[in-house]
Order: sequence, then structure tokens, then C-alpha cells
Amino acid sequence: MSSLITRVRMKQIEQLIEKAKRLDGRGLEEHREIKVEQGVIEKAEGSARVLLGKTEVLVGVKIETGTPFPDTPNDGVLTVNAELVPLASPTFEPGPPDENSIELARIVDRGIRESKAIDTEKLCVEPGKKVFVVFVDVYVLNHDGNLIDASALAAVAALMNTKMPNYEVKDGEVVIKQGYTQLPLKSHPITVTLGKINNKLIVDPWLEEEQVMDSRLTMAFNDEGNICATQKGGSGYFTQQQILEGMKLAQEKAAELRKKMKW
Amino acid sequence: MNEKPEKLIDKKGLRLDGRKPDELRPVKIEVGILSNADGSAYIEHGKNKILAAAFGPREMHPKHLAQADRMVLRCRYHMAPFSVGERKSPAPSRREIELSKVIRESLEPSVFVEYYPRTGVDVFIEVLQADGGTRCASITAASLALADAGIPMRDLVVACAAGKIDDTVVLDLFDTEDKVGSADVPVAFMPNLNAVTLLQMDGILAPEEFEKAVNMAIEGCRKIYDLQKEALKTKYMLIKEEEEVEEE
Repeated sequence: MSSLITRVRMKQIEQLIEKAKRLDGRGLEEHREIKVEQGVIEKAEGSARVLLGKTEVLVGVKIETGTPFPDTPNDGVLTVNAELVPLASPTFEPGPPDENSIELARIVDRGIRESKAIDTEKLCVEPGKKVFVVFVDVYVLNHDGNLIDASALAAVAALMNTKMPNYEVKDGEVVIKQGYTQLPLKSHPITVTLGKINNKLIVDPWLEEEQVMDSRLTMAFNDEGNICATQKGGSGYFTQQQILEGMKLAQEKAAELRKKMKW
Repeated sequence: MNEKPEKLIDKKGLRLDGRKPDELRPVKIEVGILSNADGSAYIEHGKNKILAAAFGPREMHPKHLAQADRMVLRCRYHMAPFSVGERKSPAPSRREIELSKVIRESLEPSVFVEYYPRTGVDVFIEVLQADGGTRCASITAASLALADAGIPMRDLVVACAAGKIDDTVVLDLFDTEDKVGSADVPVAFMPNLNAVTLLQMDGILAPEEFEKAVNMAIEGCRKIYDLQKEALKTKYMLIKEEEEVEEE
């Protein structure tokens, strides 16, 4: 997921971080500007476009009928997929999803699934036989770092914008009727990613910082402020102390974002 | 389908398999058991049975993946079709691809990758039987396989999970606890460097519970670390004894 960055630039980023500064003028614990636009794709049941600085992610939600998993016969199904579209970065290549896009999709999935954001019981048509399947497709349109937070934000924004088709069951078949109802949501998880550069934690790393940092820590928080997903990434490590510091910082930033989003 | 148990901890405070909240499952480790691999290890962690093998440093295939300034570590975590209740398709699932990535990233900080530029090391992990906590047991075994292959390392990486069942934070969840319980926090750790190299979480935990779970998992790691070192020494003790017999 990396492109070329000069050594001079890497040094510069590191030296600035030592002085608690960043190349784009942000403080260490500051997000880039966030813009959320909902309902941008009319043909999708729900959609949202998120700009996190120059990082741009589009999420579309489609709803279809399918069969439930045998161990959860009364629950609708959530499927998250992520595409690192080749037009988003010179390092993205066409082809089947690689480990980066799979990891991205699974982190977004975990935040939504574990916070029980979707009231899946209300998506049951016929227990054990027919339920609604919610497809969340993450489309990365421009890669300028921290795809995880942008994707997670866009996914939840798209779900909040999702309309379920009204239906009735006739002879075991689902017949779509006129009109829509809101997709039932119980929680609105917020995901915050931290990077570690020179043993300092920074919020919302952008592309060049991602190439300098040795590891990242992602945490998702539900409406009550409890943690619902965590993922460490990158080839470095965190000390026990840094993990706890990171948790507190992420918690603070998530609460701040939640206020801003009014979720 | 087994019925879901209602209670995971009984009145005496014991878990379904009779363990106390902070008790590990029995762990058995053997090093150097595959003759064709440069390094290998086998771990039994509760009912988990896992083989890990390391090959290299060797020439990279395909060649264009080689790095001029460092060795490339590759990792494949794979589950045997018969390792779980319902047959698992042998094709790599999305879960296995993600785990391969996080396991690689948990091992990378321990290896002096700059010592062997232009080469590659492959780590293959086969889960023969799974019973919850396979990624952790896999890391413990894979790190030993790397050490057994003679690859210079900063420390062994050891992993263990903690989680939450019935409102209690407990160590080392097995399959049922993982599925029915409310959270799982796998942690990989290098004890000598106080470095956490893998951290994941799913479920719901209050921040205080999360802190407690991470600390508990790290304590578990320290216990397994002793067994890990013991297993590595045992292999070389055996070699020494064999040599002595030959000399006589």
C-alpha cells in the first residue's frame, strides 16, 4: 500500500513530530477536515461519500433477500466488502481483493457487527429460511491515508441513510410494495485510528505519515463509549503503556467526532 | 448444533472446562519436528493442535518481490478442512487472509530483517484442530519455528487472549466461550522488550475492562513464554545428548 517517499521527506516528518508539529499544520491529536454527504447514489438503498482531507470514500448499501446463517436463523445478514479502486492510487492494482482491502473490509465490518449497529432481528422475513442481506460496499476513490476511519465513517453514514423497501410475503415469496422504511439501527460506531511515529501517537495519519509510521492502532466505540473493535496494524509494536494511552486518546477523539457528527 | 450454555461460569466461579478465570489451558510445545523445514514447531494449546514451519532465508520467488535492503517475511495461516465442526473449504477464506497478515505483522518486529537483504522467509501455519485462540497459539509456534530456523531475532513472540464471559474478564477463551462470550482480546507480546505486536478485539468492553483484559493477556503471555523457551532448549539438549552417545 505504499508509494515512494524521499528520505528527506521522511526525516522532515519525523523531526516535526518531535516538535509536536505536522507537515500539514495539524496538531498531533487533530483530525483532517471531515465532510459527509449522504444519499449520493439514487439506485442504492443507502449511500454516503466521506472526505477526510483528500481521502475520499464512497459507500453504497444494497439490500437483497437471502438465507440466514444456520446458527442465527432469526437474524438478517451483514456483508462488508472493500474495493481499493485502481483510480484511487498508483499503488492500487486491478484484480481480486488483496490482504489490504480484506483487512479494511473486516475492520469496518467488525465495528458495525460488534456494536450491533443494525437491528438484524428486524430483517427476518421467515426464520431459518429468508432474511434481508445488507451489502455494504466500500469504494475507495482517492487514497490520501487513513482509509480505515474514512471507510468506517462512510459505512455508518450510508447505513443511516438506508431505506428498506416495504414488502409483504405471498406464498413464501417476498413481494416488494410501494414505499420505504428506515433501516433499523441500534448504534452508530465511531472508529479512530492512531499512528506511531518516533514513539509518539498521532491521530488520523495521512498518506506520507503512513509511510513513516511503524504501526497503527484502530479502535471503534459504540454510542455508550464502550470499545467494540480494535486492530493493531503495521510491522512495529506498542508498549503496554502506549496501548493504554492510545485507548484514552482514541476514546476522547471518538467522543469529539460523535459530537461533531451529531450521531 | 450444540445447545448454547446459559452460564459460562458456575457458582463456584469455575468455567465450563473447570478452569479459574485467570487460568490457562494446558500448553504443550515441541520444536524441530519437521525434517524438511529449516525450523518447525508443534503446539497443543488446550484442544488446539497447530504446526508451524519456517523456510529460509532463501531466494525470493517471484524475484521482483525481493527488497534490496531487507529480508521479506511471508506468512500463511491455514486451517485444515477437518479442524472444525463443519468442514471448512480448503480455499483461503477472508478470515485466513486477514489472520495471515496480522500474524506476519506480529512476527516482523522480532526479526532482524535487515540482516538478509534480497532474501525471503516463509512461515507456514497449519491448524490441524481448532478450539478457540488459534491465532495466538499459531504465533507462539511460528515464532519458535523462526528461532529454530536460526533466524536472528530480538525476542520470541508469544501470544495469548483474554476476554469477557458472563461479565467477568477471563484468560484464554476456548471455542464455546469465544462464541457465546461477549468479547475476545488476542494479544501478542515480546516480554523482553515489553512490546505488544498484535492486538485485536471484538465484542463490547468498557475501557476499564479492556485495560484489564490486555494486562491479563500479557500475564498469560509471560507464562507461555517460559514454556516456549523450555521447548527450544529441550530440542538442543536432545541434540547434545545424541552427540555424546555417538562420541562414546
